Amino acid sequence: MNPTIRLPGLAPLFLVLTLTILGVLIVLPLGVVFASALSQGLAAYIEPLTHPDALAAIRLTLTVAAISVPLNAIFGVAAAWAIARFEFKGKSLLVTFIDLPFSMSPVVSGLVWVLLFGAQGWFGPWLQDHNIKIIFATSGLVLATVLVTLPFVARELIPLMQDQGADEEAAALTLGAGGFTTFWRVTLPNIKWALLYGVLLCNARAMGEFGAVSVVSGSVRGLTTTLPLHVEVLYNDYEFVGAFAAASILAGLGLVTLVLKSVLEWRHSGELSASRRH
Amino acid sequence: MTAATLASAPKPRTAWVQPSILPGFPLAMGWTLTWLGLIVVLPLTALVIRPWELGLAGVWESLTEPRVLAALRLSFGAALLAALTNVPLGLLVAWTLTRYEFPGRRIVDAFVDLPFALPTAVAGIALTAIYAPTGLLGEPLAKLGIKAAYSPIGVYIALLFIGLPFVVRTVQPVLQDLDIEVEEAATTLGATTLQRFSHVVMPAVAPALISGFSLAFARAVGEYGSVIFIAGNMPLKSEIAPLLIVIRLEQYDYAGAAVVGLAMLAISFGALLAVNGLQLFLAGRGRR
Repeated sequence: MNPTIRLPGLAPLFLVLTLTILGVLIVLPLGVVFASALSQGLAAYIEPLTHPDALAAIRLTLTVAAISVPLNAIFGVAAAWAIARFEFKGKSLLVTFIDLPFSMSPVVSGLVWVLLFGAQGWFGPWLQDHNIKIIFATSGLVLATVLVTLPFVARELIPLMQDQGADEEAAALTLGAGGFTTFWRVTLPNIKWALLYGVLLCNARAMGEFGAVSVVSGSVRGLTTTLPLHVEVLYNDYEFVGAFAAASILAGLGLVTLVLKSVLEWRHSGELSASRRH
Repeated sequence: MTAATLASAPKPRTAWVQPSILPGFPLAMGWTLTWLGLIVVLPLTALVIRPWELGLAGVWESLTEPRVLAALRLSFGAALLAALTNVPLGLLVAWTLTRYEFPGRRIVDAFVDLPFALPTAVAGIALTAIYAPTGLLGEPLAKLGIKAAYSPIGVYIALLFIGLPFVVRTVQPVLQDLDIEVEEAATTLGATTLQRFSHVVMPAVAPALISGFSLAFARAVGEYGSVIFIAGNMPLKSEIAPLLIVIRLEQYDYAGAAVVGLAMLAISFGALLAVNGLQLFLAGRGRR
């Protein structure tokens, strides 16, 4: 259904207002990132990006995302299978808990890990005795990222699988397929685009997360700074071109995410959860 | 005897999970609960328990420090104001995107999600550059005597940026599904444009507007990355609550940091309950 109508009187006004709001509030900041990064010319843009600290930050960001995203993708599939395919008591409570990280401050999502594993955390002394470092180390960054991005895949899969119902799986099982075969040949093909969509959003957040990782990182240059933290370090050192150059990579990542997300919404809208169909 | 036997006869057991021919429940559920327990429940338990190391009086003292109260007031006040502003802005954007066809509509539509996709630190330094006294919009604003960046106004601007897509994306599907014929009927029956809006469109989108508002508010309350660069972070003036958590952690005041975190969670939870209550009230009124 396309409810598009023409109201010649008001349409231009609404359009101008909308474009102004989106232009000033959303597009302008994006433009400023690239303009500031390139303000001293191309050489000044490239130079800070080839600095060892910047390269280490990029590597660390990729590592953290490469660990966190698959873990939450597996969680999302498991949670969706349990929630969308079975009726059990306490389901809505479980869904509330899955959504909880969305309503927590990113800083709190970092804080909780410090409370557990920091020097004065519950398990801090034990970790120190055994020479294990979580806070101010990569594992802390991963834990904080996993907590922040936990709901993304599950949120995409649960409504879709609830819509689809279990008929096809039930048919496959009746015809003699095993549980694993059913999942692999029936469920997965049905949810693959929504899974990809969730992974895409999860990854964008994992690579761009700032608040949660800044709490657990300690921002040791070249060691525990992810790319967003590297932006902050440079910015606070008044290396503005360098900060915006690093930021432009993250902005590029955001744009790529936006394009892929839109393509999924346009091409495979029928296979995404209803709220994603435009 | 017979009565007693009947009473003690096994009743149909009300199982925790309804039987199904699908396999894999124990594995899927076990993994879900384990992961959720380790990643969400255990850490949150620490957040809920650790403040009380200070004792009840200590928690109260830590919470009522003027700096903490000022930070909480700013975080919740600016979030409320920004979310309220985003309601009409978001409705307008969603209206234009669903009701009018224009070249590039899909691209404009895609850009609405940019605040979701753009890392918050990037948004933070970009907004600061724009609204700083020497910035593109900061300079004209400064000439008008408005100090945008490094003040609570800067906090408000950043939260406006962060919250807009929440309102647009919750209202948009409702507007899309709203039957145009109902509006046309209202017009045929002599309703003015304003009446059509207030009596036909608004009642239909009100619940979505409220959910969009509460999502934007919840996100804005805890927002950190896009705010700290533009806020200026002056104690008692432009310091947000999440920053206070970071500062207390740097001083190894874990319990004090947890106090602020728990307070934020509690106030957010209360606000969420209030919003749900309002939703129920509206739904009840709609049914009558």
